[in-house]
Amino acid sequence: MGKKKEKKEINEKVDVEAVEIEDDTWWWLTHKGIGATFLCISVFALLVRVAVSLHPYSGAGSPPKFGDYEAQRHWMEITLNLPVLEWYRNSTGNDLSYWGLDYPPLTAYQSYFHGLFLRFFDPDSVSLFTSRGYETYVGKLLMRWTVLSSDTLIFFPAIFYFAFVYHSSCHSSRKNDCAWHIAMLLLNPCLILIDHGHFQYNCISLGLTVAAIAAILSQRELLASCLFTLALSHKQMSVYYAPAFFSHLLGKCLRRKNPIHGVAKLGLTVLGTFTVVWWPYLHSTDALLGVLSRLAPFERGIYEDYVANFWCTSSVIIKWKRLFSVHSLKFISLTATVLTCLPSMVQQVMAPSSRGFLYGLLNSSFAFYLFSFQVHEKSILLPLLPASLLALEERRPFKWLMFYGLFSMFPLLCRDKLVLPYFALHALFMLLYHAPCGHGGRPRNARPNNTKFDYFDSFKTFMNGFIYLSSFILHIVYLTMHPPEKFPYLFEAIIMLICFYQFALLAFYTNVKQWSLLEHSTTEEEKKLI
Amino acid sequence: MESSSSTRQLLWFFAIAVCVKLLLIPAYHSTDFEVHRHWLALTHSLPLSNWYADETSPWTLDYPPFFACFERFLSIFAHYIDPQIVDLHNGLNYRANSAIYFLRISVILSDLWLLYGVYRLTKNADVKRRYLIWVLIVWSPALVMVDHLHFQYNGFLLGWLLLSISFLQEGKDLMGGFLFAVLLCFKHLFAVAAPVYFVYLLRHYCWKGLVRGFSRLSVLGAVVVAVFAAAYGPFLYHGQIQQVFNRMFPFGRGLCHAYWAPNFWVFYIILDKVFSFFLKKFGFSIQIPAASFTGGLVGDSSPFAVLPKVIACNRLKQYLKKKKKTQWTWCKFLTT
Repeated sequence: MGKKKEKKEINEKVDVEAVEIEDDTWWWLTHKGIGATFLCISVFALLVRVAVSLHPYSGAGSPPKFGDYEAQRHWMEITLNLPVLEWYRNSTGNDLSYWGLDYPPLTAYQSYFHGLFLRFFDPDSVSLFTSRGYETYVGKLLMRWTVLSSDTLIFFPAIFYFAFVYHSSCHSSRKNDCAWHIAMLLLNPCLILIDHGHFQYNCISLGLTVAAIAAILSQRELLASCLFTLALSHKQMSVYYAPAFFSHLLGKCLRRKNPIHGVAKLGLTVLGTFTVVWWPYLHSTDALLGVLSRLAPFERGIYEDYVANFWCTSSVIIKWKRLFSVHSLKFISLTATVLTCLPSMVQQVMAPSSRGFLYGLLNSSFAFYLFSFQVHEKSILLPLLPASLLALEERRPFKWLMFYGLFSMFPLLCRDKLVLPYFALHALFMLLYHAPCGHGGRPRNARPNNTKFDYFDSFKTFMNGFIYLSSFILHIVYLTMHPPEKFPYLFEAIIMLICFYQFALLAFYTNVKQWSLLEHSTTEEEKKLI
Repeated sequence: MESSSSTRQLLWFFAIAVCVKLLLIPAYHSTDFEVHRHWLALTHSLPLSNWYADETSPWTLDYPPFFACFERFLSIFAHYIDPQIVDLHNGLNYRANSAIYFLRISVILSDLWLLYGVYRLTKNADVKRRYLIWVLIVWSPALVMVDHLHFQYNGFLLGWLLLSISFLQEGKDLMGGFLFAVLLCFKHLFAVAAPVYFVYLLRHYCWKGLVRGFSRLSVLGAVVVAVFAAAYGPFLYHGQIQQVFNRMFPFGRGLCHAYWAPNFWVFYIILDKVFSFFLKKFGFSIQIPAASFTGGLVGDSSPFAVLPKVIACNRLKQYLKKKKKTQWTWCKFLTT
């Protein structure tokens, strides 16, 4: 017995020594503290973004409608040349059927500022009417720079704020883990491909959300509510996180001496921020409803294209669009979404904690992604964000989610001719995930030499390996082969099925994980919340 | 165990660099892209005797024969992927995706040779220094910009240099000297390091007493001569050696290349510009060729406005010819 203990001690000692030597790989990156590490990694992340910007954008060279790039350019044109009240209204100057504004006012203000920037260098790119379908080298350069600047000014500082707060509170954080985590956050292939390839401004709303999350982790709730309201006013998809914020803040308020006071303060902050941002549209209900109707285009149906959520996947068997009207489908999807959010919300109200909050964000965004109305493939970015914030705690699930999230976007990126950046960024992510001494893939306190043969474990490994391999082969098949005449969207459907299966499994797992935090928290209520 | 994990780590560094390089494939490339594509076509379509004589394109072959053989090797694959890449006339200024992808990926793959050189060089270094060197060479921004944007094959060539240095480090001087001689037959620019090599090898390898030293010197000399014979032999046979040298040393281009390298002659140019400015102010009529130094054009006329043109001394060349010496020396620069 004594000998075994000695042996174990020696093994542990050897492990620690090996780890110390291995740690030397990144000493040049981490020895000056988190600020320097962040700067190094963010500069590399900027290089990668600039390199991806060289590639085509959505709708490049395909009149008459083009794509998201043209939509954003058109919004700059509209906001620059028309008065504020006309932006969401159909008029001779603003034809809503040609890429009408369908994001809240903060996007419009941001388009206005970017339009000013574009007009200064190239007025033809944003002149009313005549600039439709404007595609030149300088135009593309300026547009790409607007995304790059938004990313650098909003997303990067938000990530730094989060990393600073998260790693200073987590005492056992090693420098290498901190650097690895920052790399995972900044070099998110889905976000880079969508923002700097396809062309969108998710970095702004996601950056504001991350800043809000970091504010909550550092106990600054008013700031967090203000920032989250701004994120909501930038893209309505941020509502995917609203249940988590709401339940966590409510839970926190209920634990204080005067809950009503806390709730009132938060409510006033939220209302105040909304009023400031939506001010031009608050003078009449017509104007407000005009904007709101643009934000929720229910007439487009419960799903479009092939997104890996519940409605689209089950429509292979149950033809929802034929069985129910749009109105009843709205109600059904709302109920399903609320029901799926409920466990996570209840957990947070009962036992709010920072860790639970992060899981709550993941669960509520999963619930919305899987069951909400009119979900796009790009919405996978929303569950991916909290998953990457939790990357150190849930390493393998994070890798799975990233792999299948990218896979679910593969048809979209193929249409945009972004196949090369897709593979390059995917490979870059996998390499960084498995960085030497980053302990990628291995759980933090791995027990080495577990010789007991576990049938369930090996079956799981086999299934995972099989699905990974099939997905990889499906990439090649999608690129090289033509689908049969009878089923022109066969490959998209298969991709959607595989991804939905993985997302559903992951959502179930994370919900269980968050619920299990309830048992932990009841025993640790006296200890400081991590 | 340690060395295999260290190899894996080095490959990891290289793989990261490859991802970034792949993203840069559609980026800007200079005329050097067309230069190398043309050399693929040239070496593929014409026999050896025409490589240095052909005038189909203004981008004539101006690297030594081993590099031409390297291009010939690459052209085999190019022909297999898209025959138009290596077509001498129809491939001129060919910009199809197949050409761009092929050439870009050939540079990325040739960087594996640099990787091997780095690996050999850092095999026995201590851990911290090894990682630093890996980061500085494998992730070098200058190399990425020149090789993967502007378009050249310097990674491949520097691999030879690093390999040679690694052998010298291990004390295997003959091998080091041999590899350097091979490198010189790839790109003669590396002759700037020749004096250092010469002095080092003389002192370290050959300075071993009269008989042993002299025999070592002859062995070294024989190896170098053998390498050069392998490279230039075929052209000597075809009687083209003068043409090859004219192509490799284009003195007609003048003292400075189109874009100034930050070397000493910059002061000469600045002096010329200052003189021409002031003399013009004082009323002298000076012909200043427009943008002669920044225009990017390579030509035979003098770019200098006031100061005399600096050229290779013709008289010295004739003297060397008379003495029938064909050794590697830069001519002394004298004014006419």
